[in-house]
Amino acid sequence: MSSTVADAHEAHDHHGPEKGIKRWLFTTNHKDIGTLYLVFSLLMFFIGGFMALMIRTELMQPGLQFLHPEEFNQMTTMHALIMVFGAVMPAFVGLANWMIPMMIGAPDMALPRMNNWSFWILPVAFGLLLSTLFMDGGAPASGWTMYPPLVLQTGDAFPFLIFSVHLMGLSSIMGAINIIVTILNMRAPDMWLLKMPMFVWTWLITAYLLIAVMPVLAGAVTMLLTDQFFGTSFFLAAGGGDPVMFQHIFWFFGHPEVYIMILPAFGIVSEIIPTFSRKPLFGHDSMVYAASCIAFLSFIVWAHHMFTVGMPLSGQLFFMFATMLIAVPTGVKVFNWIATMWKGAMTFETPMLFSLGFVFLFTIGGFSGLMLAIAPADIQYHDSYFVVAHFHYVLVPGSIFALMAAAYYWLPKWTGYMYNETLGKWHFWLSTIFVNLTFFPMHFLGLAGMPRRIPDYSTQFADFNWMASVGAIGFGVSQLLFVYVLLIAKKGAKATDRVWEAPRGLEWTVPSPAPYHTFDTPPVKRVHEESFE
Amino acid sequence: MRATTVNVLMKRISLLSLLGLVWASAANADWALNMPRGVTELSAETYDLHMMVFWWCVAIGILVFGVMIYSLIKHRKAAGHEAATFSHSTTAEVVWTIIPCIILLVMAVPAAETMIRLEDSRDPDLTIVATGYQWKWHYKYQDQDIAFYSSLAMPSVKARFKDSGVDPFGVENFLLDVDRPLVVPRGQKVRLLLTSNDVIHAWWVPELAIKKDAIPGIVNETWFRAEETGTFRGQCAELCGKDHGYMPIVVEVVEPDAWEAWVDARRPGGAQLENEE
Repeated sequence: MSSTVADAHEAHDHHGPEKGIKRWLFTTNHKDIGTLYLVFSLLMFFIGGFMALMIRTELMQPGLQFLHPEEFNQMTTMHALIMVFGAVMPAFVGLANWMIPMMIGAPDMALPRMNNWSFWILPVAFGLLLSTLFMDGGAPASGWTMYPPLVLQTGDAFPFLIFSVHLMGLSSIMGAINIIVTILNMRAPDMWLLKMPMFVWTWLITAYLLIAVMPVLAGAVTMLLTDQFFGTSFFLAAGGGDPVMFQHIFWFFGHPEVYIMILPAFGIVSEIIPTFSRKPLFGHDSMVYAASCIAFLSFIVWAHHMFTVGMPLSGQLFFMFATMLIAVPTGVKVFNWIATMWKGAMTFETPMLFSLGFVFLFTIGGFSGLMLAIAPADIQYHDSYFVVAHFHYVLVPGSIFALMAAAYYWLPKWTGYMYNETLGKWHFWLSTIFVNLTFFPMHFLGLAGMPRRIPDYSTQFADFNWMASVGAIGFGVSQLLFVYVLLIAKKGAKATDRVWEAPRGLEWTVPSPAPYHTFDTPPVKRVHEESFE
Repeated sequence: MRATTVNVLMKRISLLSLLGLVWASAANADWALNMPRGVTELSAETYDLHMMVFWWCVAIGILVFGVMIYSLIKHRKAAGHEAATFSHSTTAEVVWTIIPCIILLVMAVPAAETMIRLEDSRDPDLTIVATGYQWKWHYKYQDQDIAFYSSLAMPSVKARFKDSGVDPFGVENFLLDVDRPLVVPRGQKVRLLLTSNDVIHAWWVPELAIKKDAIPGIVNETWFRAEETGTFRGQCAELCGKDHGYMPIVVEVVEPDAWEAWVDARRPGGAQLENEE
């Protein structure tokens, strides 16, 4: 009996991936699932990006040229939902799948079948969501925030919107459970918690945030569903409900959600900057405390999205002070990154360039964030293009740049080939120039009085809008360069196992490309110590 | 090509080439770059707060980016720099935790003071109820028995549709003009009660530093005291459906006696009641 089990185990160890479509449909391999997530998110990035370009094309000059107002609102709503839930979040989950087991010396994720399911829910969710574009009444057009009563005016798309949000939440929760269980139970011997790489740490914290808030979102949209179809009045004033309550519930989800989209980015940058500075990460433990602190604060600042709804003065003051506090741990992170570079021996390969771009431009987004925390000023900024500029600065040169940095950084480990460095640098510089051309003028537009989510505007806003549109088209086209880099990846030089000159972490102790199964036995202490000194 | 189009094109070409000098163009009245200082005491206070935090950010930015750029130039492998091995410094970490806390405190105090004044809507001279509709505003002067709808002005309506054939550059105050503006007296405390008939709207006039949501089932309160006469324009600031971009707000601030005359003309038996409800 025991020999049979041993044989079966042996066979399992050596089998490679299945052939054809079945490999991807039924896979329980963390690397395959990571790839699925990453490819899916890239596809969504381009669909969401196409919608962004429809928005920017319409806004290129005053007057309506291409879209009717209701179509414009569908584009803004779908762009946000697809980018948030379809591009940024799955991309981070894909990286978690690929890298966390390799970084902690585990053979796979703890719950591989659930891993498969949590990915394959996503195409269904987004299939449902995208199908609403062809329905009577069009796609949802009430903004990704889905505020009632407006969202209840959605046409046939309404239940599809709710169910696709449910499915996205389900997928995220399962992904988060998997990540927490993997990190807490499957680390290499002697990798105690404070020895974990920053990417693993930030994902652990992110996963707890996901488990805490995705059910809250599910609850909020379920109440919308029953208000619409089953005669309840959670949010309907006429039935004794309160439309503002939805906003409180939504932003209780929504603010931690913001950190769900940035904490793993912090982790990525904290991996890359030490590698290319040839120096250990400065203040590893204080980075962990800062990230935990940000996560905690994210639960008590939600109403800073609602300074204009008419809260009591004491509430406004509390949320203003709590929001300002976030600047402290965020500052610690930025200072630590700079201290990591300080007196290093830096080189500027593409992953480093994207990480440096991240530190610069995310900090600019942080500054506008601090300005937005000042409640009386926020009353002016709120729902203007200033806010659009702010969150795009933290999401595009923030999250997206970190994702690009991660892709270039680990691509040689995934594929076994070095990417084309020249094209990578072009990709970085074009993206940086155009991202600023797109989003910097939006600060001016917002301060000058242009509200967000409008399909057309007064002529005084024409010049900066034109500039932003030119930038957006340039940024969109630049991203095709990334696809080209991926397509020609196999033409590159063979990557060594360590890939870079001085990387830290267990993922660099396995061959490039990483074999289908890694760390079938936990790494021995020696390897571990070498990598973590 | 129409002359306006050529002008716009020329301006844009110069705009792009002057990208690096965009701040220098602040003097050009055509391109509004900053928050208006506004015409109320509180709008000026808000503006000052905004500028204070902005300059703090500039100062911190120069310091942080300066150190970073210095490091990027000096501590390169290509420049022959050898990597140090240090990985923490408790002193540095304590310093860069405490200093931001102090800076935040410096910002928080005046912000809280302004916030308290913003919320003090006691003893108004005049109360107006503004109700949001998809997609126009309704104003009711509570003690003057005056009420009317305020919708997008006709010249803008004619130009707003796809393929309208009207050049928006030829329309004065395109999308920012209404048929019947809100008229208020200068120097008096105007309390605004906001609510909505359908979905959530928001009443925003930048020069008055007011933005407040108009929510069905809830009456929100805000106030302003305009110190200067003039016409001030704003827009609905909360997505309220397909014509969200087409329900502007125009406030005319006039001298108190001109306002009295305006009210008298609208009293029952007054001269100008046509089209007003």
